[in-house]
Amino acid sequence: MATSVGSVANRNRVAKLVSSLPPSGIRKFFDLLASLDNVISLGVGEPDFVTPWHIREAAMYGLERGETSYTSNYGLIELRSEIARHLERLYQVSYDPRREILVTVGVSEGLDLAMRAILDPGDEVLCPDPGYVSYRPCIQLAGGTVIPVPTSFADDFKVRAEEIEARITPRTKAILLGYPSNPTGAVLSREELAAIARVAERHDLIVVADEIYDRLVYGVEHTCFSSLPGARDRTILLGGFSKAYAMTGWRVGYACARPELLEAMMKIHQYTMLCAPVMAQLAAIEALRYGERDVQEMVDEYDRRRRVMLTGFRRLGLDCFEPRGAFYVFPSIARTGLSSEAFAERLLNEERVAVVPGSAFGERGEGHIRCCYATSLAEIEEAIRRISRFLARLEGKDA
Amino acid sequence: MKQILKAIERNPRLTPAEIAVMTGQSEADVAAAIARAEQDRIILGYRTVINWERAGEDEVAALIEVRCAPQRETGFDAVAQRIYRYPEVRSVWLVSGTFDLAVMVVAKSMREVSLFVSERLATIDAVQGTATYFIMKRYKEDGAILDGDEPTAHRLAVTP
Repeated sequence: MATSVGSVANRNRVAKLVSSLPPSGIRKFFDLLASLDNVISLGVGEPDFVTPWHIREAAMYGLERGETSYTSNYGLIELRSEIARHLERLYQVSYDPRREILVTVGVSEGLDLAMRAILDPGDEVLCPDPGYVSYRPCIQLAGGTVIPVPTSFADDFKVRAEEIEARITPRTKAILLGYPSNPTGAVLSREELAAIARVAERHDLIVVADEIYDRLVYGVEHTCFSSLPGARDRTILLGGFSKAYAMTGWRVGYACARPELLEAMMKIHQYTMLCAPVMAQLAAIEALRYGERDVQEMVDEYDRRRRVMLTGFRRLGLDCFEPRGAFYVFPSIARTGLSSEAFAERLLNEERVAVVPGSAFGERGEGHIRCCYATSLAEIEEAIRRISRFLARLEGKDA
Repeated sequence: MKQILKAIERNPRLTPAEIAVMTGQSEADVAAAIARAEQDRIILGYRTVINWERAGEDEVAALIEVRCAPQRETGFDAVAQRIYRYPEVRSVWLVSGTFDLAVMVVAKSMREVSLFVSERLATIDAVQGTATYFIMKRYKEDGAILDGDEPTAHRLAVTP
């Protein structure tokens, strides 16, 4: 009996590709956190606001009317039309709602679709390091090879066109950009993006632009990659509702691309997802039609908190560049001599403050921690006090 | 200036130093801007929203519709002024619709409110009629929810 059980256990049931993926660097903290109380978390990646009431109400009203069926694979045409108007208004980019816009289950799905739609085994994708945790696995699961493009603290974590160009090979298929950046908060200017667009054009590459944080910028303007000269038709633009409208749990986003690319993504979407949840689509329509004021209020509030966190960290002597987008500060903890993981683990155990180690976002994230300021001012201030105590102890001074 | 006012409107206890950090200005500039706003009566006061019922202190509030005749030269202003000078009057608004002035009165008892209406308000020359609505339950006041609370986001502590 024992041998038969053993033989089943020995069979390798999980695909090699999946086995080879490292577990998320965030997972570990989850388990640690579960055993602690009185924790202040700067480790989240989502707004602390509840979705504005009128958006929630619109979804409930839809349910009351009995809108519970599948929608078109592409998504409700009303929503696609609103997305088209929205992009036209904000960025002067035109997409045909009938052939060039796909409603996805968040940008997460859009990213997966984009990678699977364009990559053949061994194709290379260039992406900034550090970058969002899902970029690497999504590329790998689609059979692609990740080519990290290093960015640095000294250069405000901006990815540079020449660094991208230096890594292009005959196998390079695409550039994956995520700006404003999670985890660094970096934003690229129009000129910096235009230089990347020229590189993409020179080498005939697709650019996948994850612009989920487009609305969360402070004192600078967001440039939509598709709006750059000549860029639209080689861009797969990914956007969503999670961050700007505090709608993370609704799982709704969109992808825009020229018909040939969008059709390829849509093919995978129709077989795997069918359509995004209808109530989330109804909520998204409401958000685009009447949610502008909410966006502005939340952005103003994030901006106040951004300044409080940035100033607080700098007063503690932590080196931070000023993040202009998303809702993260990415200070350097190099002077403590600890790895980012050790720092995060000790900070959590000793002072009950959760942050995410920069190493979770790529090699170049080492030496940094990601701190989210989408939390109340009172909690941010308390977290700064605790981190101050922690640093004082680390450096052998009295806390 | 707008940023400073927005911050202080949400939380009047913020110090100029704190507002300076939030708005990216110098502490001296913030303090000067606030002083100017107070002087120009842009900032009218610093208030606390209190749920008196929960504090065990009962008070009675009423919304009173007032119909009145506008006066030569001063329109409704002179009547409004006569009304708002009484300390028990919390707010006075000139409104469009079937009546002219909306008056919010707060007193210790229904009797006090009634007396105010019959002896103070109704006796003003220009006042042609009143209708009194006693407030039975307060749900939301100046943006603050009194009974229960806005739901807060139940977030996982660490997310990508």
